[in-house]
Amino acid sequence: MALSHVFESPVPGFNFENSTRNLLLEDALGEGKSNAPKPLKTGTTIAGVVCKDGVVLGADTRATSSEVVADKMCAKIHYIAPNIYCCGAGTAADTEKTTELLSSNLTIFSMNSGRNPRVVMAANILQNMLFRYHGAIGANLILGGVDCTGSHIYRVGPYGSMDKVPYLAMGSGDLAAMGVLEDRFKPRMEVLKEAKTLVRDAIRAGIMSDLGSGNNIDICVITSKGVDYIRPYQESEYKDNRQKKYKYKPGTTPVLCEKVVRLELELVHETVQKMETS
Amino acid sequence: MSHQIENSRGLRSQLKDSVPVAGLCPQAGPYGVQDTLRRGFSSVKNELLPSHPLELSEKNFQLNQDKLNFTTLRNIQGLHAPLKLQMEYRAARQIQRLPFLPSSNLALDTLRGTDETIGFEDILNDPAQCELMGEPHIMTEYKLGLL
Repeated sequence: MALSHVFESPVPGFNFENSTRNLLLEDALGEGKSNAPKPLKTGTTIAGVVCKDGVVLGADTRATSSEVVADKMCAKIHYIAPNIYCCGAGTAADTEKTTELLSSNLTIFSMNSGRNPRVVMAANILQNMLFRYHGAIGANLILGGVDCTGSHIYRVGPYGSMDKVPYLAMGSGDLAAMGVLEDRFKPRMEVLKEAKTLVRDAIRAGIMSDLGSGNNIDICVITSKGVDYIRPYQESEYKDNRQKKYKYKPGTTPVLCEKVVRLELELVHETVQKMETS
Repeated sequence: MSHQIENSRGLRSQLKDSVPVAGLCPQAGPYGVQDTLRRGFSSVKNELLPSHPLELSEKNFQLNQDKLNFTTLRNIQGLHAPLKLQMEYRAARQIQRLPFLPSSNLALDTLRGTDETIGFEDILNDPAQCELMGEPHIMTEYKLGLL
C-alpha cells in the first residue's frame, strides 16, 4: 500500500512514534492508575569472583513481574564468547538483547581478526552501547572471563559506568551477597574448593534476604582450560511437589462423530541424490 | 538518472535541531501554511509536548559520531586526513537507488566500519522489512526539492 504522506523511508533503529501518545495516556489516566504493562525485571542476586586461575560467576534463577514470580528457572548467566560469560540484572529483555548483540559483535571480530576476544573489549563495547541510550536500557551486567591477559571481572552499569574489581555482587540482593563476599574473599583463591563455595554462599545469602531473588543457584566456572556451566548448582529446598497428575485420561471427552478426509497428493517430480556413506 | 542536489554546507547544517513540527516553516506547502492534504491534521499542543528524551540524540547520532571522529582525526593527523575521508564519504553517499527503493549503502558502511558491527539499527525497524511503501512520485519530488 502506498502512503501519500510519507516523504522519506523509515529510519532503522528505535521508533519513538508512540512516546507522545504514551505520555498523554498517563496524564489522562492520572497518577498511579495507568495500566501500562510493566517490563519483566529479574530482581536478582548475581555475584562474581576472580580466583587463582579463573573466574566464578553465580546467579539465582528467579524472574519477577511486580509481585508475581514469572520464571522459576530463568537463565541469568549469558554466553558472550567461549571464554567470556555475563550475568545480567535489571530488565530481563534488555539484558538478553544487549548480551546477544555483544556476543554477535565479538564473534564477528574474532572471525575477522582470528583472535579470541578479550574481556576488556566486551566491557568497552557494552559501555559505549549503554551510554548511548542514557540509561533507558536497564541492564546491570557482570562480565567475567579468562583471556590471554588473565582473568577479569568488570561491572557495567545501565548508564555506561565501568568498574574493574576482584569480586562483585549486583541486583536487588547485592547487599546481602556483598556482605558474605567482603567477609570471606581472599585474593588468589583455589577455584574448585573455595571459590565455588563462596559464590554459592553469597547467592544464598541474597536469596534468603531478598524477595526478588530465589529458587535455584546457577554457577559458571571459567578457566583457561574451559567453561563449566552448572545449572542448577544447587536446587532450592522449597520446591513444590505436585500431589496429583493433571493430565486428563483418554476418553474424558466423548467423541460424537468422526470424519476422515483424504488429502490427494500428486507426485509431480522426483529426484534422487546419493549420499556418501563410505 | 535523477540529479542529486547535495547540501554543500557541511555537517553542521545537516544536524536536525528538532523533531519536525507540522504547521511551522519547514513543512509548509506551496502556500506557506501546513499542508493538510499531505501531512494530515496538526495540533500545536501535541507538537509542543516533550517527546522521548532520546529521540533527538538518536536522530543525530550518526552525524555526531562522524563529527567526533573527524575532529579527533584532525587533531591527530592534521586537516588533510578528514578532508580526504569526507570526500570519500560524499562520493559513497551518492551511490543510492531511487528514494522509494531500499539502498544497501554498502560503500558508506564499509567506510564507517559499521559493516562489521551489529547494533539496534540492524535489528529493529529494518527498512527492508517495512510493510508500507511511500508513493514513488512524491518521494522523488521531495528528494529533488520540488515539493
